[in-house]
Amino acid sequence: MTEVNIFENPIVEATDVHFSFDQRRIFDGLDLQIPRGKVTAIMGPSGCGKSTFLGLLGGRLPVSSGSIWFDGEAIPQKKNEALFLMRRKMGMLFQNSALLTDLSVFENVAFPLREQTDLPDELIRILVLLKLEMVGLRGARDLMPAELSGGMARRVALARAIALDPQMVMYDEPFVGLDPISMGVIVELIRKLNDALGLTSVVVTHDVPEGCSIADYVYLLDSGRVIGHGTPKDMLASTQPEIHQFMNGLPDGPVGYHYPAMDYLMDLRTQK
Amino acid sequence: MSFLENLGKFGLGFVSRLGVSFLFLVQALVGAVKSLTRFRLIVHQLYSVGVLTMLIILVSGLFVGMVLGLQGYYQLVNFSAESSLGMVVALFLVRELGPVLAALLFAGRAGSALTAEIGLMKTTKQLAAMEMMAVDPMIRVIGPRFVAGFIALPVLAAMLSGIGVLGGYLVGHGQFGVDPGVYWSSMQNGVDLVDDVLNGVIKSIVFGFIVTWVALFEGYYAVPTSEGVSRATTRTVVTSSLAILGGDYILTALMFGGL
Repeated sequence: MTEVNIFENPIVEATDVHFSFDQRRIFDGLDLQIPRGKVTAIMGPSGCGKSTFLGLLGGRLPVSSGSIWFDGEAIPQKKNEALFLMRRKMGMLFQNSALLTDLSVFENVAFPLREQTDLPDELIRILVLLKLEMVGLRGARDLMPAELSGGMARRVALARAIALDPQMVMYDEPFVGLDPISMGVIVELIRKLNDALGLTSVVVTHDVPEGCSIADYVYLLDSGRVIGHGTPKDMLASTQPEIHQFMNGLPDGPVGYHYPAMDYLMDLRTQK
Repeated sequence: MSFLENLGKFGLGFVSRLGVSFLFLVQALVGAVKSLTRFRLIVHQLYSVGVLTMLIILVSGLFVGMVLGLQGYYQLVNFSAESSLGMVVALFLVRELGPVLAALLFAGRAGSALTAEIGLMKTTKQLAAMEMMAVDPMIRVIGPRFVAGFIALPVLAAMLSGIGVLGGYLVGHGQFGVDPGVYWSSMQNGVDLVDDVLNGVIKSIVFGFIVTWVALFEGYYAVPTSEGVSRATTRTVVTSSLAILGGDYILTALMFGGL
């Protein structure tokens, strides 16, 4: 019943998406929908294509076949004005924050405003301070990126991602490499900002506890497709072997411990 | 067979990379034109690639001019032609050493810095972040740097030639007692504005274009790892230097006959 409601008007709709990179097949018929106004976690083991999906969603990578729709429009497959217009409705938080290292915290947050609008400096200042206040770093406005801790840098990047009031914010592994306090802050910020600003959040993560704590809906990817989806509660309770293995962090199971290789003994005996 | 395969692979890779570099050049030129209105960005880059390269250019130019003065005097005095020292030093600098040496130094100092900067911006996803903010890196990052490199090198080459002539004078007059009036007037009489100075300026404009193109291309297409950026930086210096020296022969032959 809940599923029907949240998928009534999805903000993202990916249909039969295939994508290969360097002759390696990443997606092989991916189908998923991102519900509007919700926090959706996309989980899966390392290398399953979670971050690649964000690349496709942001139009940074072209799909091999299939389609991805954002807010009722197909994502342009070429770098053109239409794609840039669509990106103005998106924000993205990169795993390493990707702050512009030659600009201060203030200027990093002001960057999209200066580039995309003709707002006067006074108004930009107010908007930047508003965004920085939201992430608790108004006092750090004059610091340079090199002077920030990992958690602070990610919060600045988050303030920058929401500077243009996007409809959707994509988070690429937002919890990686953070201490517990910083992680708690980011977890809370993602949820609070999503609800307060009426955003849609797509969180790519392999951190099951944190991802499930904020997500309204979870997709689990492996082998180039969705192997399970549902509410965090449903996913944690799933007995399907692949889902059970990942959600409970079991070292071996359907997702093998070993990378495919020739027979071990044979390998040891081989000269080359 | 393996040798042939490798040769074919190398050939295909080379042609493919050349094609990519020309496509990049077109995008970079469009970006450069669009960035012309971003005056502050261009000035900032002129400082980075131009002003910060001035010291090495001026010091090198002074020493090169002094060596030219020294060597020139030793040879000319054998023919009692030391009065032509000013002309010899100036012609060497304005026609060849000024543009070529400035370009080589520019490739080593500013070109490598440009590649490393762009490569690191790519590695740390700053370029991707810009794209996601609907900002075209070709206009915001590549364009201003292209314009700045294009402007900076001719100015730096002129500085190198100027300080070099002064270095030659310091040695010629200070060490060997060549008359100042003779030194300067021989230079004035022997150096032609079009044949020598203008051709030197054209050379430095061409070299500025080549070095900046190579540096930005290598940075933009660097493999986004520390090793990849390191290799790209090395390639910038090697490719630019070879292109400058090879291009200098072609330009000299075109300008002064031979082709």
